[in-house]
Amino acid sequence: MSTPTNAPQIAPDVMAEALPARRLFGLRPGAPRPERRRSGRRRHARGLTVVAIGILACWAIVAIAAPLLAPHDPLAQSGPYYAPPSGAHWLGTDQLGRDILTRILYGARLSLPLAVVIVALALLIGGTLGLVAGYLGRWVDEVLMRLTDLVFAFPPIILAMVVTAAFGPSARNAVLALVLVSWPTYARVVRSAVLSIRSSDFLSASRLLGVGPWRALWRDVVPNSVGPSVVLASLELGNAVLMLASLSFLGLGPRPPAPEWGAMIAAGSNDLSKWWVSIIPGIAILTVVLAFNLLGDAVRDWLDPRSRSRR
Amino acid sequence: MTATQPPAAGLIPAAEPPAADGPGPAATTRPSRTLLRFVGKKILITAALLFGVTILTFLLVQAVPGDPANTNLSETAQQNPEIVAAYRAKWGLDRPLPMQYLTYLNNLIHGNLGTSQSTGDSVLADLKKYVPATLELAIPAMILSLLISVGLGLWAAVRKDRAADHTIRGAALVGLSTPSFWLAIVVLYVFFYLLGVAPNGGRLSTQLTPPRQVTGMYTIDALLQGRPIAFRDALWHLMLPVLVLTALTVSILIRFVRSAMLEVLDQDYIKAAYAKGLPRWTVLRRHVLRAGLVQVVTVAGLAFASLLSGTVLIEQIYSWPGIGQYAYRAALNLDLPAIMGVGLFVALVYTVVNLLIDILYGIIDPRIRVS
Repeated sequence: MSTPTNAPQIAPDVMAEALPARRLFGLRPGAPRPERRRSGRRRHARGLTVVAIGILACWAIVAIAAPLLAPHDPLAQSGPYYAPPSGAHWLGTDQLGRDILTRILYGARLSLPLAVVIVALALLIGGTLGLVAGYLGRWVDEVLMRLTDLVFAFPPIILAMVVTAAFGPSARNAVLALVLVSWPTYARVVRSAVLSIRSSDFLSASRLLGVGPWRALWRDVVPNSVGPSVVLASLELGNAVLMLASLSFLGLGPRPPAPEWGAMIAAGSNDLSKWWVSIIPGIAILTVVLAFNLLGDAVRDWLDPRSRSRR
Repeated sequence: MTATQPPAAGLIPAAEPPAADGPGPAATTRPSRTLLRFVGKKILITAALLFGVTILTFLLVQAVPGDPANTNLSETAQQNPEIVAAYRAKWGLDRPLPMQYLTYLNNLIHGNLGTSQSTGDSVLADLKKYVPATLELAIPAMILSLLISVGLGLWAAVRKDRAADHTIRGAALVGLSTPSFWLAIVVLYVFFYLLGVAPNGGRLSTQLTPPRQVTGMYTIDALLQGRPIAFRDALWHLMLPVLVLTALTVSILIRFVRSAMLEVLDQDYIKAAYAKGLPRWTVLRRHVLRAGLVQVVTVAGLAFASLLSGTVLIEQIYSWPGIGQYAYRAALNLDLPAIMGVGLFVALVYTVVNLLIDILYGIIDPRIRVS
């Protein structure tokens, strides 16, 4: 069953465009290759990709070298409460007199790795289940797909909220909740890739040549379903950062003294005269997510040539 | 299926002349039966899904660490095994899980979602109080975002790879990357704190008394009771949250609208329409927009999910007493019955909306019913 509104919540255009793996890797011998256009627009897009990679590289360096770069201790008071941005505290201090710049730099050590962990776990779990569902078919497929329907019955942030609240707010539970809400998308994407490979001529040919089902799984099915899931994973990284920040904004993320960006925004949200407390951490989230989204689009264009002609 | 369907459908009415005494041509009764079967199937699937949702929430409550007897009984009562046993018997906690589930389901069917630990009221009564406030935000935001995203998406598609296209897509990408709760704070800061043209939040200025609850939506209730001042004030309070919700939803939708419109623009009949010398606006309005809108219907479900998620975060900032704020407070206080109630309610609304969209889609595009 593939009703139009059931599957997409997170990235439906990936499903629509990145699915047919045969086309994705030009496995149909007769398929015409799309013309390579080197117009100004493509160069423009490539420039944006470089900028995105640059921004992410900067944040990665920040995350690694936070203790060297940060001027203060992220958890200790280092100035007066609510000091506006100044020479001593470039981005001001928060309600407990902690340096906001320091906390933003340390925040990268939470948001970036956690987002990667969320996406990696969802990809691993969802990908494996999708592979199993698509390859075994029958009741296994049926059960797994009904499970994905069940998760899709909730808007993702609501389900994540319910799960984290039920099991107690912590970084680990937030990550697990976000994995729980995001694996079905991967499962669906991988399953359709597997289904399209299973019905392909080259797989029947390899079966005729005496290749066993397990060998075919590893040699043909798995490699050909990697592409679409990588596209999805790269598009989902930004979303993972946003969802994690949303959960912590609601008080359901890493526990309080932790310098999580979403929680920092929440801390300043009830006193607008101290605008810097909320508004500055949001810019950090915005840059990271924007860079991830630009990169995701680039990965899709790169792995799925069809999307180029359309976009 | 698309390869064989259209010619067959085209041939049947031509070959069979309509019955002279029948209410209409034979061709109209056939699709209506497939439509009924399609609708019936969709409703069954949705019912099964909702049943699954209740199992999921039930298991989630079971998986929560902590014994209800410990949290709800006083310490001295916990010391007495007889009281604990009586408590368990009273709430059916001593029975096996499937029996407990049936009790739970029975309660749900009778509208008993439990009692919120933070408000002390029944969760159902709380929902009745808070849902209209959220609807008052979500309905205008839904209408506005569909209108704006169709307009901008069509514009971007028509001006593909030109400046307008780049600007629209760039803005959408930035919007997509913006944390909703942060945008809400920025907008509040600018329009309330700096410019002073918007209220600080809430649904109505404090000097006004809320209109009597009819629909629960202040704007409509105020109009019904002939209170133009209250109506204008309620509208004024709606402005910012609706603006933020719309901005976020539009940035999610534009991509889909644009690629749907591009697909239509690529069709031969569009080229034919242009070749025939039809003015551009006529082609866009009568051919592109009409065909593209069919696909946009499916996007409405996506918009709805985005709005529901958006309100959870945004209501908190605008002190808007809707289900979002209710859920937020419940989450903070670990008020499980309330959280589960909101979760169930939202899942119910969400699946029913998706069901309606699927059916609508099947009505608009007959090919969907058959597949």
